[in-house]
Amino acid sequence: MSTVAQQPPAGAEARAQLEERLERHWGERPSLRSWFTTVDHKRIGRRYVVTAAVYFTLAGVEASALRTQLARPGQRLLSAEEYDQLFTLHGTAMIFLFATPMLFGFGNFLVPLMLGARDMAFPRLNAFGYWIFLFAGLIMFSSLLAGDAPDGGWFAYVPLTTRPHSPGIGLDVYALGLLFFGVSTTAGAINFIATALKLRAPGMSLNRMPVFVWAIVATSFMVIFALPPLNLANGLLFLDRRFGTHFFDVGRGGDVLLWQHLFWLFGHPDVYIIVIPALGIVSAILPTFARRGIAAYPLIVLSLVAIAIVSFGVWVHHMFATGLPRLSLSFFSAASLLITIPSGIQIFAWLATMWLGRVVVGVPMLFVLGFLVTFVLGGFTGVMFGLVTFDQQVTDSYFVVAHFHYVLFGGAVFPIIAGLYYWLPKMTGRMFNERLGRWAFALVFGGMNLTFFPMHVSGMLGMPRRVYTYPAGLGWDAWNLLSTVGVFVLAAGLLLVLGGLLYAIRRGRPAPDDPWGGDTLEWVASSPPRPYNFPVIPRVRSLHPAWDGRTAASLAELDSFRTLEEGRRTPVTSELDGRYEWAAEMPEESIRPFVTAVGLLVVVIGLLFRWYWVAGLGGLLAAGTIAGWLWPPERTPEEAAAS
Amino acid sequence: MTSLIEPFEEATRPPALTAELPVGRTRGWWGMVLFVTTEATLFATLLGSYFYLRFQYGPQWLPPGIAKPELLKPLIMTGVLLPSSLPVMWAERGIRKGQRWRLRIGLLATLIMGSTFLALQGMEYASKLKMFTIRTNVYGSLFYTITGFHGTHVTVGLLMVGWLLAAALRGSFGRRRHERVRLTAIYWHFVDLVWVGILFTVYLSTRL
Ligand code: HEM
Ligand SMILES: [Cu+2]
Repeated sequence: MSTVAQQPPAGAEARAQLEERLERHWGERPSLRSWFTTVDHKRIGRRYVVTAAVYFTLAGVEASALRTQLARPGQRLLSAEEYDQLFTLHGTAMIFLFATPMLFGFGNFLVPLMLGARDMAFPRLNAFGYWIFLFAGLIMFSSLLAGDAPDGGWFAYVPLTTRPHSPGIGLDVYALGLLFFGVSTTAGAINFIATALKLRAPGMSLNRMPVFVWAIVATSFMVIFALPPLNLANGLLFLDRRFGTHFFDVGRGGDVLLWQHLFWLFGHPDVYIIVIPALGIVSAILPTFARRGIAAYPLIVLSLVAIAIVSFGVWVHHMFATGLPRLSLSFFSAASLLITIPSGIQIFAWLATMWLGRVVVGVPMLFVLGFLVTFVLGGFTGVMFGLVTFDQQVTDSYFVVAHFHYVLFGGAVFPIIAGLYYWLPKMTGRMFNERLGRWAFALVFGGMNLTFFPMHVSGMLGMPRRVYTYPAGLGWDAWNLLSTVGVFVLAAGLLLVLGGLLYAIRRGRPAPDDPWGGDTLEWVASSPPRPYNFPVIPRVRSLHPAWDGRTAASLAELDSFRTLEEGRRTPVTSELDGRYEWAAEMPEESIRPFVTAVGLLVVVIGLLFRWYWVAGLGGLLAAGTIAGWLWPPERTPEEAAAS
Repeated sequence: MTSLIEPFEEATRPPALTAELPVGRTRGWWGMVLFVTTEATLFATLLGSYFYLRFQYGPQWLPPGIAKPELLKPLIMTGVLLPSSLPVMWAERGIRKGQRWRLRIGLLATLIMGSTFLALQGMEYASKLKMFTIRTNVYGSLFYTITGFHGTHVTVGLLMVGWLLAAALRGSFGRRRHERVRLTAIYWHFVDLVWVGILFTVYLSTRL
């Protein structure tokens, strides 16, 4: 490799040569094989998005079935058992198989682009994580086809879910499926953090990192600390169910509240694991459509970090009704109210951005506005729950269902749809139809409120959640009917979103590189980006590199240490100030991540059906593949500098 | 802000493009440290659950019929496992200077010490299983789950060390190329340190 940064003759010819060489190292010929071996973060990111959207659709169909059953009192479309399985799988799938992976999909696609890198820090680990996610989802949903899906609610409280009370295979699917899925989430989180710390383009000090990337990093740190309690809980549950241990068995010294503590130690942070990247999407879209940089960037970043930390101290607010000591309730109540402060700061920073800017209401912005309204409403009812006395009145009623759908639908689905429209041009190279998008928004927004607002009322009127039917004459009928009508409006809107996006992909007009005038680096890459993302890695000079002339100029300088066209390489920079350290070799495509994931799938299936030797074989396959995957190349003493 | 902008020309230039060598902390380092962090959180919640169950159990912990654990064997196990970090450190220092022989001997020593630990744990189980099993009561469940989970980690660590030793014998590492040694060492130190927490929780704390 060349040691001095030469200055090749600038101009179109040199550039074409450069791109051709990069293409040779990074390009993939589309083939069936490359479908299984690719490590390109853009392909993987798109896959995450599509797969999560499919799981969303499945979970949404389940929800429609639930609502159809509840449309009128005393219906018998679903049996009690079916209803239990459907709402459990709906909740579990929405939380685990839709929200987190969808946002990780955005992260996968966008983080390297926004950082000016050519891939994630660990591209193969990334591919591995996707396969695990896909398989975990398939296992969970197929249990429904087998008629024995998990049915203990999405938080699967013991003792209901221990074997004496839930003898089927459903809760084994829940425990093992979530453990399996946890591998994927953890791998993804580690990858995001390492990428954000080490692969930022030279000059992008941490205080120039886009808010979206900050959000992904904050979420990833939360995953690192929040997932272990969930994994532990599920591991212990599986041991209790399968091998007769007594962790949750009061008769032999176990304790049932242990499950609740472990689950909510994960569960509350998980709400923010979902919401924080969604807030990051909002912070990416809103300034673009306000035609100015985001206001109070440092405050926004600080409040993201603060939310991430404080959310670990509030889990007990899910247990206000379990008879814990008064004093501890007061503490957790105060902490729960405290968390509204950083959320409020963000809302005000966005309002300030819009106030100081000149708002253009494109379709993505419409969904962002929809988010603001619903999320604030959901936050408002959330504050009410923070008060112990109120919580004890409405806990386990439909008021709760209304609250968390405002938070989760408002806080995650609206930003996700906004993000889909906003980045569609970048992901696919196509533009969508504005008018169709506006209609879709109207239906989704109207349908969402029509579905979930009446639940506040039926909850206040005493309707408990998780009932498969109810008698007439309790004053709930009208509210339930309204809510069910809402679901169909909502479904129409979502179908319009889907149809609009699919139509755009097939027939949309070609997208320019920068259709919105965004400030982050993904808008500098072509639409869709080349396999190597950037022919020349930019030098970042400000928080808004795409708006900044000097950064743009750096894209035209063919310095060999920023083109890195010999081999598959990307610059590695220092953690804090983005100082150029060295050029790292990036791994190429490989089938091993897929094989390893299949190995683990076999382990899970083996454990599920008690074929322990099958599980053992799967484990061997996975371990053997990993050993080969990481096996270092043989080097002569000279190469390695050894004696 | 100016201080961040001024040394900018240098900041975007690579100091050592010739070496093709990692400067500063690598991606792999971060990956391993984060992995160990999440694993450590897992052990912390596991040990936390032990104390939670213990204090919910009532004043009379250990459950009736379970004797206080003997300390001799676990202390020997500690004596074998804790120092096993030293040869790894010694090996890592060696390979940083390019001395392959130190790498090989150090890894071999760790492999032997770690395997001895596992063998002792097997003996410990053999004697405990005569008294109680994982199904006897919550204490049995905790005891075997905690120590077994740690034992699994030791096994994985040993596989990593053995794998590294095989690569070292074949000749993959040197002064310039030894990141995998460094990463495996981090994992092994972690497995060692966790044992201290387990010794305290499962054995020593019952005597407090
Ligand atoms: C697509 C529109 C949606 C509809 C129509 C819908 C509807 C419902 C209904 C009817 C229930 C059951 C209430 C009960 O019987 O207690 C429910 C529960 C739930 N939903 Fe949704 N939902 C939707 C979207 C979402 C989203 C996007 C999320 C999360 C990201 C979500 C998370 C949950 C959770 C966690 C539960 C609780 C399950 C349980 O009780 O164990 N839902 N939803
Ligand atoms: Cu909470």
